[in-house]
Amino acid sequence: MLRDKRQEYLVALLLVGPFVLIYGALFVWPTIQMAMLSFTKAPLIGTGDWVGWDNYVKILSHKLFHQAFWNTAYFVLLTVIPNTLISLVIAMAVNRLKGPVQGFVLACFFLPYILPVSVVFLTWNWIIDVQYGLVQGFVALFNGGQPISLTRTIPLFMPTVAFVTIWWTMGFNILLFIAGLRNISPEIYEAASLDSAGRWRQFQRITWPLIWPVTALVLTIQLIAQLKIFDQVYLFSIGGRQDATITLVQYVYKLAFQQNKGGEAATAAMLLFGMIIILSVLQYQLLRARGEK
Amino acid sequence: MSAEAIPNRDTMVSARSRGDGPIDMIGLVLTVITILVALGSFFPIYWAVITSIKPDGEVISGSNSLIPNRVVFDSYIHIWNNTNIGIWYINSMVTSLVITAVVIVSSAGCAYALSQLDFPGRRVIYVLILACFMVPMQALIVNHFVLMAQFKLLNTWAGIILPQLIVPVVIIVYKQFFDSVPKEFREAAQMDSAGHLKILFRIYLPMNWGVTASLAIITFIGAWNSFLWPFLAATGEATMTVPVGITQVKDAYGIVYGKLMASAVVAGLPVAVVYLIFQRRVTQAIMLSAGVKG
Repeated sequence: MLRDKRQEYLVALLLVGPFVLIYGALFVWPTIQMAMLSFTKAPLIGTGDWVGWDNYVKILSHKLFHQAFWNTAYFVLLTVIPNTLISLVIAMAVNRLKGPVQGFVLACFFLPYILPVSVVFLTWNWIIDVQYGLVQGFVALFNGGQPISLTRTIPLFMPTVAFVTIWWTMGFNILLFIAGLRNISPEIYEAASLDSAGRWRQFQRITWPLIWPVTALVLTIQLIAQLKIFDQVYLFSIGGRQDATITLVQYVYKLAFQQNKGGEAATAAMLLFGMIIILSVLQYQLLRARGEK
Repeated sequence: MSAEAIPNRDTMVSARSRGDGPIDMIGLVLTVITILVALGSFFPIYWAVITSIKPDGEVISGSNSLIPNRVVFDSYIHIWNNTNIGIWYINSMVTSLVITAVVIVSSAGCAYALSQLDFPGRRVIYVLILACFMVPMQALIVNHFVLMAQFKLLNTWAGIILPQLIVPVVIIVYKQFFDSVPKEFREAAQMDSAGHLKILFRIYLPMNWGVTASLAIITFIGAWNSFLWPFLAATGEATMTVPVGITQVKDAYGIVYGKLMASAVVAGLPVAVVYLIFQRRVTQAIMLSAGVKG
């Protein structure tokens, strides 16, 4: 019996070993290193003096950090709620369809989601191109017949990137909403139509409250994902005034890889890390509460 | 997605006749609008594809025709001859396949141990996985870079692969599925004195073959698409992946639009094909992973 137990431990060690090794070396260790680095005045590669909380004081009062924070918050505002609402509307529309039509329509909405960000960037950068872009004819209507660069005009930058992001990622949300809608029993709607409740009332009284748990899930997943925004914002801002549209991850990138300030970059990363952990814990609590009902 | 959600035939028929009158006009209009919006959502992809097969002159003629007057593959030939796209393709394929294989194998093994074996340190592993969900990988870029630089792995396949091996969703999904395999299977196999490795590879993995396929597909798509880390780890053109390479190389293209769209089509093609072939697997994997996050 004791031999069996030892055998089991050995097998467990063999099976768990690779996982622990990978996560230890590439997750736990870099996280500890990041925390340490954030208290030093080190370049990106190399060591530096211990400076205590100096970096934190410095970053928190750094104007560009504030800019990055508010830009990220603005981007979250522009994407999270609109994306969720649009996805819900589309999911309801797709859910009423049947058979191959439904499959086709769903694929149309979902296909963008599986594309790499650079494909999304190149495609839309061509569509909004100042000289030959397809949308410029439409844009000109609002700009006195003149074309306008949607990504070089600072006030238009975030809304444009937010629009592209919604187009790109809504497929994911639509899928989750459709799964949620399918869980609502048709008998409830049947009973409602017997009471001759109209479409809007059915939505208000049945769909919205019953889909709410999925809505909350989609909202929190989006919120955390968009706080980590880098790829699209960076790509669309290449060659432009990047500081004006900088986001938090981009700020970390700039400090580390463009200014060679490893210590300060780690500090900024720690701050981002803190924000996301707080939100993740909130999300976890929210969803656990939902699970327990 | 519980079983009771599947309605029986009678309720389905009565639900279908919910519409008012013989022809549900509002319903018809809604259907048409839905299809139009769906086509609109697909349109940017279509536009990228046809731009890539138009002659340069037609691309900038301002005619914006929805169907190319003449189909040419000059743009594809140009990017093949003038960029390292072939090398980027190999880099992307190798790194994505290795990431997928390592993530699937290490996660399946660990999930089996967590699900079926009793050993010290289980709690530590749970905490590790949970922590992993909360820590943004984007925040770790600085120290991943430092670590890879220390081991001289920047601009190598290993350097691109290693930090991308952290995909905690896979292990959680595996554990849920292994938990739901009836214990009798394992006990019967143990009667026949089969070891745990044999049980894992002969019973648990084959029984959950569909899950493995779904997880592998979505891990592959994620690895192929990843941008930030490969962008940092590969600075030389020879080690870039496709998604990084097509945004970083701006040589003297002349009229660039067709060529850029050709490179976009080439970069998106593998994942688009994988999705179109394995649609149901991809959707299943997304539901599973979201179910975990939630």
